[in-house]
Amino acid sequence: MATILEDSKFDPQRDLKTVGSNPVKHDGLDKVTGRAKFGADFFLPGMLFGRTLRSPHAHAIIKSIDISEAEALPGVKAVVTRDDFPDIDPGSVAGDMTRTAMAREKALFDGHPVAAVAATSEAIAKRALKLIKVDYEVLPHVIDPVDAMKPDAPILHDHIRTKGLDEPSDAPTNVTERMVSKMGDVERGFAEADVIVEREFDSKPMHQGYIEPQGCVAEYSEDGQVELWCSTQAPFVYRDRLSAILKVDAAKINVQQSELGGGFGGKTGFYPEPIAILLSKKASRPVKMVLHRTEVFRGTGPVSGTNYKIKMGCTKDGRITAAQGELIFQTGIFTGSMYFNAPNAMFTRYDLENVYIESFEVISNRPKVNSFRAPCVPQIVFGVEGVIDELARKIEMDPIDMRLKNAATEGYTTIYGETLGPIGFVETLEAAKATDHYQSPVKDGEGRGIATGFWFNRGGETSTSMNIAPDGSVTIITGTADVAGSRISIAMMAAEELGIDVDKVRITMADTNSLGFNRVTAGSRTTYSVGMTVVDNARDCISQFVKRAAEIWDVPEDAVIYENGECRPASANVGEFEPLSIADIAKQTTMSHGAVTASTSMNVTGAGPGFGLHIVDVKVDEETGRTDVTRYTVIEDAGKAIHPLQVEGQYQGGAVQGIGWALNEEYVYGEDGRLQNAGFLDYRMPVTSDVPMIDTVIVEVPNPRHPFGLRGVGEVPVVPTMAAIGNAIGDAIGVRPQSLPMSPPKLLDLIENRDG
Amino acid sequence: MAKKVHVTTTVNGDEYEYLAEAGQTLVDVLRNELELTGTKEGCSTGDCGACSVIVDGELVCSCLVLAAETDGKSVETIEGMANGDELHPLQRNFLELNGLQCGICTPGFLVAAKALLERNPDPTETEARFWLAGNLCRCTGYDKIVRSVMAAAEEMRGA
Ligand code: FES
Ligand code: FES
Repeated sequence: MATILEDSKFDPQRDLKTVGSNPVKHDGLDKVTGRAKFGADFFLPGMLFGRTLRSPHAHAIIKSIDISEAEALPGVKAVVTRDDFPDIDPGSVAGDMTRTAMAREKALFDGHPVAAVAATSEAIAKRALKLIKVDYEVLPHVIDPVDAMKPDAPILHDHIRTKGLDEPSDAPTNVTERMVSKMGDVERGFAEADVIVEREFDSKPMHQGYIEPQGCVAEYSEDGQVELWCSTQAPFVYRDRLSAILKVDAAKINVQQSELGGGFGGKTGFYPEPIAILLSKKASRPVKMVLHRTEVFRGTGPVSGTNYKIKMGCTKDGRITAAQGELIFQTGIFTGSMYFNAPNAMFTRYDLENVYIESFEVISNRPKVNSFRAPCVPQIVFGVEGVIDELARKIEMDPIDMRLKNAATEGYTTIYGETLGPIGFVETLEAAKATDHYQSPVKDGEGRGIATGFWFNRGGETSTSMNIAPDGSVTIITGTADVAGSRISIAMMAAEELGIDVDKVRITMADTNSLGFNRVTAGSRTTYSVGMTVVDNARDCISQFVKRAAEIWDVPEDAVIYENGECRPASANVGEFEPLSIADIAKQTTMSHGAVTASTSMNVTGAGPGFGLHIVDVKVDEETGRTDVTRYTVIEDAGKAIHPLQVEGQYQGGAVQGIGWALNEEYVYGEDGRLQNAGFLDYRMPVTSDVPMIDTVIVEVPNPRHPFGLRGVGEVPVVPTMAAIGNAIGDAIGVRPQSLPMSPPKLLDLIENRDG
Repeated sequence: MAKKVHVTTTVNGDEYEYLAEAGQTLVDVLRNELELTGTKEGCSTGDCGACSVIVDGELVCSCLVLAAETDGKSVETIEGMANGDELHPLQRNFLELNGLQCGICTPGFLVAAKALLERNPDPTETEARFWLAGNLCRCTGYDKIVRSVMAAAEEMRGA
């Protein structure tokens, strides 16, 4: 299996007709007219409605569950509990997944599903939940990861032993892993430093905040086939994981993704889907489940909260000599936070020689965390970029110059062992310096901050196929999700390669029965990877067009060339032939040769890393502690922007998510271990009136391994946001905050102590 | 079984008659009884605006309105916004300026923006931002939504 196009044929001089323009997205019309079908918009005849009963306790043994009264309620067609799930050993990947979906031995967090009902109406299902009797033995709980590391902390799972300790211990613990990442010699590096800054930081879990709650319809038929319609970033991964926990062959589970109403990483793993399937199995009818917003907050994946220390040193002329970190990540009830992204990414963009990072992942009684754009990185960059800013201030150096002085370039080998190819970090920094925003003076009473960010960008398993219709129009079948409009970019790349109008191309998002495995849409991988496979599809189809044209003209294949959507004789010597369009060829040969089609499966590699810099101006009201963002500019390398408006949208959306994370968003738990702000009123995400326009600068330093030079752009936009805002607040009030979110009470505290 | 309420409403100009449970919300009826799923339900508590509809000229969150309250009234939803084949200028500008990414918030924003422009055809950016503050979008950062609304307003004033 190929991992990349053998010859990307990337050509910076290529005259592009479609790539780089802004056509209206083909899925847009359905979305502005209300026709688009999201997870909750699907209906089947005879469909029942499912609802989930959730634990009110953060940590409790489930002694028994009595469902008899609920089952007896008229209209109730099925009740499921842990007993309906196959028994899988704790500690295995599938064991953790099944216990996340439905509590087994214990309820492990407030909101953990313990039972579910399917009934003829939602109202009846809700009534039935009240009739289920669960006998709990409440246990002491622990919410905070630092508390969870203490020797006397309540233990969630008896089988866990910390991996990666220098001296292994056999004591049960909540610390799942320790990881050490290092290069060079930090002691020597610090000895060479003229200035050293060491600070402690923390961040709270936040929620991905997608506006569409999880929704699905499941239908289980008596012969063991499962049809699942759901809102997901990962139809194939859902299929395979459902297969693992329900013990059904993957081939018998067909997952059809709906339109996705936002995910940002939060829909990479399932929640109601396995429950809906088991309810459908028991009731022998299709079952629809849609989460309520309170369930989304209580029961689905937040982002890791963190506690950490950063220490860095530099010389008087701004060269960073050593960088050190000690990081603690909260992962919720099971391992799987992807915390290792942080040590790999937190300093990467600087060409450091001496680095030492020790990371810990810790379990506690809150929902298992889920991915969010650049999982586990932005909350640590908040500290890293704060420390660099402080160093720059101490040596009186311009903050962008300080970063330029230490910028990684092609050939640098990162802490995770990759030697960087052509990258655009220096270009991004230079573009930032040249912006009108950076060139303009900071307004009176305001503060300005900048910060930078990096993301690896990803590839991975990707399959697509292409079908040429007899009229020359093109359908492409994809198995990735469209999280923000990737379909149009994919159609544009195919159109460009085929030399036809993008309006002639349509994308269908396949069900899992129709295509080979596609990895989750995450990590900024989709437009990059699918771009690779559809260009391969297009090249395959083109070679078939050439073959068929040669046959029609009765000339050798090498006497035919394909250009601008048609086959022409390679030279005057070949003979006088009218060019043949795709439609001409398809029309003349489909009857005799069958349709022109192509399929490609790749495990794509070669994604070029992405870099960004954010500039932000803020005004802090010293009476109330409220911060207003007054001006914001995102500068980021896209390699090549296929659809610039889409790329800008990624930059702007990431920045505003980061503004929420920086200033407001956090989970608040009571002493009882219950989440206290499980709704949009108390968990406050930015609204239109909270933010200014977000200016963008798209830098284009191509990744030559891709036919159009593109890099993923989905993760980087959130990485530097909180750091940039933190630095701006620091500039405004004279003290750089070290705790996220930088909410009014915390800022008032800082202001008071500053003056005190 | 609780007694149901007989409701007669006009939705997007068509007359509907149905029986609603006393506590049933308008968004529930629109989506699940009338199968007008263009109106979205993001929170059920009036905090996200995805369920925005217009009832007798007033912009409301249909998750906070009981279906029974709309008896004898006229309801406008996203499905009634285009005039046959012809998109409303707001819809067209959202498409052309990329005022949507995932699109789940889009029906709510369009309905809310329509209500704004009916009241105030020439809003400032700040007025538009405050009017739309009841609608959450997690994808776009609002920039292109606000630009789409302002462009549509300008176009409608010119027309
Ligand atoms: S669903 Fe009505 S405001 Fe959110
Ligand atoms: S476009 Fe996705 S929530 Fe607004």
